[in-house]
Amino acid sequence: MISVDSLAAGPLFGLPLPELWFGLVFTMLATFLFFDGFDFGAGAIFALLETDDERETVLAAIGPFWDGNEVWLVVFGGALFAAFPPAYAGLFSRHYLLMFGILGALILRGLAPEMYEQRHDAAWQRWWGRAFVAGSVLAPFLLGVFAGNWLVGATRSLTLVGLIVGVTLTLLTVVSGAAFLQLKGQAQLPDSVTTYGSAATAGYLLAVVATLGVLGIRLPDGLSALLSPAIVALVMLSIGLAVGYTVALRREQSLRALGAAAAMTYGLVAVVARLMYPAIDPATGTTVRGAIVSTLPLNLMTIGASLLLPLVAVYFVVLYSAFSGPITPEEAY
Amino acid sequence: MIDPVIASRLQFAVTTIVHIIFPVMSMGLAPFLIYFTWRDIRTGEPIYEQLRRFWTKIFAISFVVGTVTGIVLEFEFGTNFAAFATAAGELFGGPLAVEGMMAFMLEATFLGVFVFGRDRVGDKLYFISSVAVGLGTWLSAVWILIANSWMQTPRGYELVTENGQMVVHLVDPLAAYLNPRFGYMFVHMQNAAVESVALFMAGVGAYFVFRHHVWGYPVENPQFWEATLKIGLVALLITAPLQVLHGDMYGRHVAETQPQKFAAMEAVWETESYVPEYIFAVPTSIDGFLNPRAKELFGIGIPGGASWLASGGDPTAEIRGLNSFDTEAPPVAIVFWAFRAMVGLGFWFILLAFWGGYRWYKGQLLEDGLLHKALMGSSLLGILAVELGWIVTEVGRQPWVIQDVMKTSAGVSPGLTGTEATITLVGFIGVYTTLLGLYTYVIWRIIRNGPPGNDELRSVKNDTRTPDSGPSPSQPTPGAVDDD
Repeated sequence: MISVDSLAAGPLFGLPLPELWFGLVFTMLATFLFFDGFDFGAGAIFALLETDDERETVLAAIGPFWDGNEVWLVVFGGALFAAFPPAYAGLFSRHYLLMFGILGALILRGLAPEMYEQRHDAAWQRWWGRAFVAGSVLAPFLLGVFAGNWLVGATRSLTLVGLIVGVTLTLLTVVSGAAFLQLKGQAQLPDSVTTYGSAATAGYLLAVVATLGVLGIRLPDGLSALLSPAIVALVMLSIGLAVGYTVALRREQSLRALGAAAAMTYGLVAVVARLMYPAIDPATGTTVRGAIVSTLPLNLMTIGASLLLPLVAVYFVVLYSAFSGPITPEEAY
Repeated sequence: MIDPVIASRLQFAVTTIVHIIFPVMSMGLAPFLIYFTWRDIRTGEPIYEQLRRFWTKIFAISFVVGTVTGIVLEFEFGTNFAAFATAAGELFGGPLAVEGMMAFMLEATFLGVFVFGRDRVGDKLYFISSVAVGLGTWLSAVWILIANSWMQTPRGYELVTENGQMVVHLVDPLAAYLNPRFGYMFVHMQNAAVESVALFMAGVGAYFVFRHHVWGYPVENPQFWEATLKIGLVALLITAPLQVLHGDMYGRHVAETQPQKFAAMEAVWETESYVPEYIFAVPTSIDGFLNPRAKELFGIGIPGGASWLASGGDPTAEIRGLNSFDTEAPPVAIVFWAFRAMVGLGFWFILLAFWGGYRWYKGQLLEDGLLHKALMGSSLLGILAVELGWIVTEVGRQPWVIQDVMKTSAGVSPGLTGTEATITLVGFIGVYTTLLGLYTYVIWRIIRNGPPGNDELRSVKNDTRTPDSGPSPSQPTPGAVDDD
């Protein structure tokens, strides 16, 4: 029998659990933004493709994956709720309409491919194709607006920082999406996908610069925070990764490019987390230690997450290896 | 503008009422799909491949819509019920987080393999995928009902005031999360899901059997629809009686642990003993409908019936009346009529099951047009009964969001304005109406298109092979992809 008293006495192994959960919550967010990001990005590139076959290829490429990818958002929300309830409640209720905007975009994005495949008449597919693109672009954009507002502690939902981070994140999903589509749809998709990926990377770097500029003005200790070694290193690393990504994409080393895009996504989220810490809700000044739940539930959740997250990794390995490599023409829906 | 408290409650009602349809479909279909997959792999008979592929399509669209409407509910605890989320997050957030990691991840990842991967993976992994998806849907229910049952009968916690705010602290996780209520809810809910899907299958099957055998129209794959009808009927014969049996036990548990809800279910206002159970109650005036008082209704009452239900066999037992509680009563009319309608449906399903079973036994299952019509008419009533049951559960515990601990009105986000809440409420009514329309349209199309024909089946194409050997993963069979 588990002794509840020993679990309530202190953090497991004396670990700094509040900080670890802060890191874990942002890792979940980054995992969501990378995995669902490449299918958001694929949805944006969908708009630029012309033939039916190309569009069907995009839908077939993301078909088996997107639902699992999106669950990372549920896991992120659940973990934030479970570990830092006041931060979860404060953030979500403060940006009320924005949250429902994100939900609306996700509903549109999830439903559209299913509807698109129902009928094969042109008008029907044109409209559901547009809905798919709209959802795919709006979801990361609004999530970026949310993340920007979160970081600077905005009390309104429409802010300059939010808009710029929204654009940054949307471009980053296109970067990932291009690499993913090159990997999955080599034979069926035009070379222009590579061009979109490179262009999005250039745009992304510019957007990062704009983001940092605005943050320098907007954050209380702006410039000194941005010039801290960790942030400078992360930004330099992102630039290196962007270059590596572009080279890999041109050489059609798609997996390598996708890896670079993943690293860029985790890097961006790391910058946000680093700038936010030790606060978890800068709008109210609530800190990580101030918002964390008490020791007993925290220990229980730590045990739960340590057991479950490795399993989740196994599920992802099974899924992605079952559908590894380019899709075959027959699979294009 | 609507008051933010009312708007938030209405919005949560709308979003859960719509959402629950999709988990009912996916949880209810799960055991059938595991069975079809197993039989398909083991026997290689075309009928099982048809059953698997046809019902997988319905499962997949239900799952997708369930995903996007489910995220909404998780977010609403933060957006609309921030005070509740802050106060109870320590107990309530954990199960939601674990649900995501343990259950939702399992179903969503293996769903990809299950829906798209028949030609990419071997038989064994394919079967494991069907089990993983099914298990995931049921594990989801475990964690969601653990969270919900704690709100109904909270245990294992203490109340602490922090910074002037009341906060719930977890002290005994076993008491909190292995709540007795959870067991009743889980059994009743999962059986209800399977029963609802059984009714749906039987109804859809009956439609085509009716057209074919009674009207004599040509129907493609008649044996597929006959099998669907029979499988639905077998499942109904098992689940319908069980639903009433453990429903009765669940009701008794409610009487013990949530007497206010039980009093609302029976519309008992004054504390009394030897209370009759009005199985058939008919309002004789508008007021009797809107404000039911069991004593004043025209109906057939079983003497001592309600007392008997509440106590588990004692017709003289006392039932506490609504007037004896300090807080205002829940909306009695909704709870009272929803409970009656649910119970009535439950008994109708048993009758239907035995009727169908008897005709089948007599060898007249395919010819009884009246039975077919009854089954068609009842195909969605299982889902309706689930909705009514949840209405009893959730409306019946008002005014509490956490029974006897926190009122629903105190749980709403403090900063929320009436304008914001009204915008999203109206938005959801519009979006979810559209969503339900589209979902119905897709299901209708899947049914109209019917199962894949013989020329599309793997089991027919691969007939030269031994039934046990699947195609090698590296060589997909052209054209045999589940989604077309």
